[in-house]
Amino acid sequence: MDARSLTPRLRLSGITKRYAATLANSDISLSIAPGEIHALLGENGAGKSTLVKIIYGVVRPDAGAIAWEGAPVEIADPNAARRLGVGMVFQHFSLFESLTVAENIALGLGASETIAELTVRIEEIARRYGLAVEPTRHVHHLSVGERQRVEIVRCLLQSPRLLIMDEPTSVLTPQEAEGLFDVLRRLSDEGCSVLYISHKLEEIKALCEHATVLRAGRVVGECDPRVSTEQQMAELMIGGALPTAHRAAPLREGRPCLEVARLTLMSDEPFGTHLRDISFTLRDGEILGIAGVAGNGQKELLAALSGERRAPTAEAVRIGGVAAGLLGPAARRRLHQSFIPEERLGRGAVAEFPLRENALLTVYQAGFVRGGLIRFASVARYARDIITRFNVKAAGIDAAGSSLSGGNMQKFIVGREIGTNPRVLLAAHPTWGVDIGAAIAIRQALMDLAAAGSGVLVVSEDLAELFEISDYIAVLSGGRLSAPKRTHETTVEEVGLLMGGKMEAGAGPAVADAA
Amino acid sequence: MRLSLEARAKPARIMVWASPLIAAVGSIIGVSILFAVLGRDPLAALNILFVAPLETIDGLAELGLKATPLLLCAIGIAVGCRAEVWNIGAEGQFTIGAICGGGVALAFGGNDSWWLLPVMLLAGIAGGMAWAAIPAFLKTRFNAHEILTTLMLTYVSIQLLGYLVHGPWKDPQGYSFPQTRQFEADALLPMLIEGTRLHIGVVFALASVPLGSILLGRTMLGFQIRTVGAAPAAARYAGFSRNRIVWVCLLLSGGMAGLAGICEVAGPDGQLTPVISPGYGFAAIIVAFLGRLNPIGILFSSALMALLYLGGEGLQVSMQLPIAVTGTIQGMLLFFLLAADVLINYRVRLKPSRAAAGATGHA
Repeated sequence: MDARSLTPRLRLSGITKRYAATLANSDISLSIAPGEIHALLGENGAGKSTLVKIIYGVVRPDAGAIAWEGAPVEIADPNAARRLGVGMVFQHFSLFESLTVAENIALGLGASETIAELTVRIEEIARRYGLAVEPTRHVHHLSVGERQRVEIVRCLLQSPRLLIMDEPTSVLTPQEAEGLFDVLRRLSDEGCSVLYISHKLEEIKALCEHATVLRAGRVVGECDPRVSTEQQMAELMIGGALPTAHRAAPLREGRPCLEVARLTLMSDEPFGTHLRDISFTLRDGEILGIAGVAGNGQKELLAALSGERRAPTAEAVRIGGVAAGLLGPAARRRLHQSFIPEERLGRGAVAEFPLRENALLTVYQAGFVRGGLIRFASVARYARDIITRFNVKAAGIDAAGSSLSGGNMQKFIVGREIGTNPRVLLAAHPTWGVDIGAAIAIRQALMDLAAAGSGVLVVSEDLAELFEISDYIAVLSGGRLSAPKRTHETTVEEVGLLMGGKMEAGAGPAVADAA
Repeated sequence: MRLSLEARAKPARIMVWASPLIAAVGSIIGVSILFAVLGRDPLAALNILFVAPLETIDGLAELGLKATPLLLCAIGIAVGCRAEVWNIGAEGQFTIGAICGGGVALAFGGNDSWWLLPVMLLAGIAGGMAWAAIPAFLKTRFNAHEILTTLMLTYVSIQLLGYLVHGPWKDPQGYSFPQTRQFEADALLPMLIEGTRLHIGVVFALASVPLGSILLGRTMLGFQIRTVGAAPAAARYAGFSRNRIVWVCLLLSGGMAGLAGICEVAGPDGQLTPVISPGYGFAAIIVAFLGRLNPIGILFSSALMALLYLGGEGLQVSMQLPIAVTGTIQGMLLFFLLAADVLINYRVRLKPSRAAAGATGHA
């Protein structure tokens, strides 16, 4: 295609941005051709977000130049970016739950169009790109995938010539992701460039024709993802050889360690998801993966299992055979259950506490307190053990939780929860937002724990991860849980259909409850 | 050039302790200007305010006397604040403590019973706790904010004290003054230094410093209190009951304020009057924050605040300045402290103005 040889749509040269102590972007140059789908690849903290914010006018660079269609420009704010023709779909949507799709879009456009006129235009765009969006529906009825389509339509209404997508598939089922790729390919054919940010290499291989790889704020390489292997790209990202995780041979069937029977629980939050009739059994030595798109009841299920919310009856949840449904988190820990929560700072750990105190947070019942007084020497030893065993990069046990990177904080939390040899471990999104090296270490730790005879329940949105480590996979959709299936007897496609809400016959349609 | 605030990468530890010193210096400068405007010699006034009270044994004893209620109230308040339980009604719990302990003194005094003083102190503590239990119940049951409830209950308690000393508890031989009769000798706290008014209450106050430090720093309960304050979601995750911590904090700070109240009336006052506190319970809030919610810091800040009270009285006597000057200085201290605390998380930077920035951006 000769379009590729024309003036680049966007060219960055020597972009540098420094925050207090860190160099977020250092001398970054890249250029995107008209109609090109360009991947921006890098681990968390590599500088992807900063760079994108600079392009979208949210952040001003300290140095460097931006050229749009060959002409130098200064992008003062997002309005200026939109006037140039830059559209962006953020990872976190900004939609009002109580308004309709058309009303939300009208707010974002700020134009003088009536809602009726806008509705016609929305339907036109939606039809043209095959985006299923109904302008008159209220946003709180929409699934995450539908909300993302609303955001995309909002961008497309302004006929962008460069569309930036920030980690768009983290909230989508595989089928929805495929649909999104079709839309992006169609846009590309029409000459709209796409800057696609992700760390999912298989997607980038399927979609992008050029990739720029960032590490520690610098461009460390460029490649054609259609030619390079995933291994090569991953090694560029982390700057070294890729370690791998190994699963020990599965044990024979163990005894039940966590049993959930007909658990139904109304959400205590507006727009939350109610849990409906959830039953499963986790056995010693097993890893049960729970797949599903965020917002389908994961948060609620984990709160019900950890004890932060009580079940309606004691028998609904059994830990090691003991009816535990009415017990709180501390009592469930006494039954040898541990929990790695989704949020690290603020829930799994306290940002302003030193690691020494963060080590104590959940293990205080394991002999670290005598007569009401904390045995700081033992706690310090425990914290030091975690740091050594999980190779946590920290300035020592007196380093504040907030001084650790996300991956290191997570390794510390995983170490703390595994360190008491739990019989049941609940892990929520254990490797989300963690760099590849730490993610592999964490998966290895979960598999080792299961190999040692504990039951592990992993809730994750990362299907590749679940297929790698789980013995069984079940899908949570609309607050219902599908029957767990042996991992080698199911496929990504089948799990994807379940994630989209297509339960087996008899289970009935899963509808995300609104009010 | 213009000044701008820039977020620090992490909070500056040195500023946590430098900020109270900046606040003290700022207040001294501010108050000097105030003296000058009022037509007094600032240096002489500062001498009366900060130096003269410390020159005699009697002055030092008075300092301890005034620091006692401040210290007791402030440590209780600080423990609560660490859990983000904001008890700003120590003044009310102080008043109820004084009423309950004073009631015991009026009812059983004069019999030389060995148990009278301990029972008075316990009654004072129980009264303060009971008064703080109301906001604790309202918060844990109805989610009513304790800032409102504790403050409003303070005014109720002051009305209650007024009713008692104007009505049923009024001294029949008191020429109709609104006050109770003098407590008997066995209902008065023993003096520590002969010839001064410094009583045994200062020992309780000083003991609360190490006890408060141990509670917060070394016990599991203190760890729970700090966790609930720093990260409520982490506390829930760890299985710490927020309601339990709310109760503990309010009962503890209420009890300490109640103890301060009974010590005040069984110490220097020796009777109940309509006004038993020059705002100790409110000043203790400033003391707690000036001392960085840390018991050892509060030891120093309570001494400073006591000095302000003493010096303020000196200014009234020798320079005919109104008592409002004391309140003004307290206000300045808090004002400068809050302003200086911004520097814990931010730094001040001189930046070139916008036009210049645009020009250098392309250099």
